[in-house]
Amino acid sequence: MTIAVVDYGVGNLFSIYNALERIEAQPELVTEPEGLAGYEGVVVPGVGSFGRCMRRLSRFEGVLSEALDEGTPILGICVGMQVLFDRSEESPEEGLGWISGDVIRLPNSVLVPQMGWNTLSIKKEVEILEGIGEEDFFYFVHSYHCVPKDRSVLAATTDYGLELAAAVSRDNLFAVQFHPEKSGQKGLKILENFVRLARC
Amino acid sequence: MLARRIIPCLDCDLAVPQGRVVKGIEFKQIRYAGVPWELATRYYEEGADEITFLDITASSDRRDTMFNVIRTTAKNVFVPLAVGGGIKSVDDVRSVFKAGADKVTVNTTALKRPEIITEIADEYGSQACVVAIDAKRRDAPGEDRISIPTPQGDSWFECSFYGGREFTGVDAIAWAMKAEELGAGEILLTSMDRDGTYDGFDLPLTDAICKRVRIPVIASGGCGNAEHIFEVFSKTGASAALAASIFHYNEWGVDEVKSYLAEKGIHVRI
Repeated sequence: MTIAVVDYGVGNLFSIYNALERIEAQPELVTEPEGLAGYEGVVVPGVGSFGRCMRRLSRFEGVLSEALDEGTPILGICVGMQVLFDRSEESPEEGLGWISGDVIRLPNSVLVPQMGWNTLSIKKEVEILEGIGEEDFFYFVHSYHCVPKDRSVLAATTDYGLELAAAVSRDNLFAVQFHPEKSGQKGLKILENFVRLARC
Repeated sequence: MLARRIIPCLDCDLAVPQGRVVKGIEFKQIRYAGVPWELATRYYEEGADEITFLDITASSDRRDTMFNVIRTTAKNVFVPLAVGGGIKSVDDVRSVFKAGADKVTVNTTALKRPEIITEIADEYGSQACVVAIDAKRRDAPGEDRISIPTPQGDSWFECSFYGGREFTGVDAIAWAMKAEELGAGEILLTSMDRDGTYDGFDLPLTDAICKRVRIPVIASGGCGNAEHIFEVFSKTGASAALAASIFHYNEWGVDEVKSYLAEKGIHVRI
């Protein structure tokens, strides 16, 4: 089996599809909740506003929960990371609440969005960040950031004048604020790590 | 810490089957530089932080060629791809994204119908909407113009559209602020006076816009060497520098520019 990319009608999935294809992960875009069963791993992308993503993602909530409970590795990317939290200042819609905490707007003291390449500060050793060092850059584009209640989920942070959550992980749940599919070779490395996890 | 970005720009003439990259001087005197996806792949391998394609033919019958260019590039290049030229509606944005682009740049359409900025931002997020401003220096600022000091005396800047062929009367600095308000995620600021000249970026103009908006500004027009990029990063708040000629004609590699900047203390991704 292969890697599912949840295609719930937001933004642009071609970049993630191309990147997964490049690393021979055999990605498939899944547009219906009933189609999501049986994959080795699931990628939840996300672009645009939190509320819009949640409204469109809600019909997948049940099947995604099941996949999570069954131990299927799940990777959230960008707003696909933010929707794992309880709520966001951006929109009234509730998040999935799989990770407890809020998503808040970047402060006015910095340029919003954070757009560009930043490095990570690694907080814990996780398989998904294997081969990644603190000198490696990743491509970020976001106006809101995740604040987990339990800091032990933090796998990496990034410094944008303030410390921001860049990657979280808990059991088979992973998420990154940056775009691994747009972060050159090191980004592909993270996707490879995810696919390897999904296949073992 | 966020790195300053280096963005090679490919001006694409799509009148030939694979498309071709061309580069003009002050928007004229076009010369041929190479095949778009090949150049893009080379720049990616050299460490480009992003790649911008501008369709300078921008006529609808050549759109399929642009889609092919993007599609081929997106299979080999894993950094953000921005595409501009001839984007007239959210439907156009959708087709460009389907081909593998991550951002669009809008100029003419945004000047004629500013709501398109908000429409793109609503559908794809602000980060996907870059507003490109082609600015020309003008003497004798009037009261309704934002005037800034330049080496040529107090000046205002006028927005051009249709690839520099027509002028709008719109104040470029005021337009940048308006674009931010409407939802633009980034400003791609090109000095028409400097474009293709190798004389360096227009620092007063770039600085004036960086100080008035809270979104990233990409400086463009006039880059002739790595020192010019150092200048624009050390003297203005530009988040990124865009250049074409110095990369196309093998004068500088993207990696060479970055090493030069890093040695002089500019934070770049290496």
